[in-house]
Amino acid sequence: MDLFSQLAWGSTGWGDELAAGAVVTVSLALATLPFGLVLGFLLALARNSEVPELQHAGNVFTTIFRGLPELLTILIIYIGLDIMIAEVVSLVSDERWELNKFFAGMIALGIVFASFASETLLGAMKAIPQGQPEASRALGMSNFNTWRTVIMPQLIRYALPGLSNLWLVLLKETSLISVIALPDLLRMTNIAVGATKEPFFFYSVACLTYLAFALISSIALGAIERWANKGEMERGMA
Amino acid sequence: MNTTPIAARTPPKIVIKRPWNWQRITGLAVLAVYALLGYFMVRMVIVGYDPEFFGKYLPRMFHGLWITVKLVVVSIVLGALLAFPIALARNSRSRVLSGFAFCYIYFFRGTPLLAQVYLIYYGAGQFRPFLVEWGLWGIFRDAYFCALFTFTLNTAAYQAEILRGAISSVANGQWEAAKALGLRPTVTYVKIILPQALITALRPLGNEIIFMIKGSAIASIITVFDLMGETRLAFSRSFDFQVYLWAACMYLAMVEALRRVWDRLEKRLTRHLQRIAD
Repeated sequence: MDLFSQLAWGSTGWGDELAAGAVVTVSLALATLPFGLVLGFLLALARNSEVPELQHAGNVFTTIFRGLPELLTILIIYIGLDIMIAEVVSLVSDERWELNKFFAGMIALGIVFASFASETLLGAMKAIPQGQPEASRALGMSNFNTWRTVIMPQLIRYALPGLSNLWLVLLKETSLISVIALPDLLRMTNIAVGATKEPFFFYSVACLTYLAFALISSIALGAIERWANKGEMERGMA
Repeated sequence: MNTTPIAARTPPKIVIKRPWNWQRITGLAVLAVYALLGYFMVRMVIVGYDPEFFGKYLPRMFHGLWITVKLVVVSIVLGALLAFPIALARNSRSRVLSGFAFCYIYFFRGTPLLAQVYLIYYGAGQFRPFLVEWGLWGIFRDAYFCALFTFTLNTAAYQAEILRGAISSVANGQWEAAKALGLRPTVTYVKIILPQALITALRPLGNEIIFMIKGSAIASIITVFDLMGETRLAFSRSFDFQVYLWAACMYLAMVEALRRVWDRLEKRLTRHLQRIAD
């Protein structure tokens, strides 16, 4: 039997099912990214602040979620959130409220992403000399303007390589969501393997798809990096 | 002349007043949320305390912990042995060798570990006649060995990349000086380049071991009863959430212990680079 005919679109092959899974994988990663970035940024701000309470709050969070296996984090968040929501809902009504798997996965992956991103962002914040915010304050710039025009452009430049790496890691970690039966690329591949008994071929296809995502991402990230370093390059050439 | 000593005065007490601002309040509020969550978790363990449950699942989980440790240690060591030739191939002038090593590293770093585990564990079944002929079927039939095999290949790719970076970070002058002294390339590698490279590689290597400890939880998906596997089994039988909390504590303790040991090791191995405090 021709293996590649199994990838056909429609009812004769698994092409459309796998593509649907790939869409779930990519949209999960894309949905996690903004949530993780914002949370990671807040964590980095907290850890960078001079207030010990905030520092502790940030450090405890990142230490725990950087040390736990991602699989365990996903299960704890998924089951823990489910229990919590059930408790809260049972106070109000008798209805059973099912936790959305996509949402739970997004929260769990976002928390892990944020913990690692806060490390990168903290390093980037520390790399900016203290004199720069002081100088902009001396020039009478508002806090917001200082952040927007002085700190942010440099922060992005310093943090981008680390964050790019984390994005590639996130893309791979979405595969763990298949254990809570979200129909992502790997889960759909599992189903295809169960039906066709061609594990080597289908898992190879899945692996190559992940590689393709990584390749596309690194091309896009390279472009973003060039954009962020535009000022540096021009200065270097002058 | 007055020789009576001046009465010692107690220094004025320094009181640092920390103002109440929104930052402190936010920090305290977040800490309060942690405390609340911690309280519920501890309460869950105390209220749900059941000697029979503990006696039944805790020993199994410790056995799972042992399997996890074995998986990580063996795959890290075998991976390190494999990483040397791969890193050398990647750095070699031969296009073929270097290209092959590049593809190997790119594949194992670019695809999810879970997909690799599936590929090898389920994929091996398709090559059964071939594997039986070579006497390898015993290894690939067993989920534990399959996980071990995949983890070894995976960590070899990561370690090769770490090693390659560390080797190229050694200054070129070291090579040239060794050549000027008439040392053979092998001696140069073993006695001059590698010792310096390994110090640079120490920190990323520690991180890689931590990633392996965390990644080894994936073995539970292909029915290996490591710490995660035992935890999921205990949960599926009891529907008691606290087993996940025990597992979380064990993983955190493992990672934290390794971090401490690694800090010590790094201090010890780089003691010739540290300045003695005045």
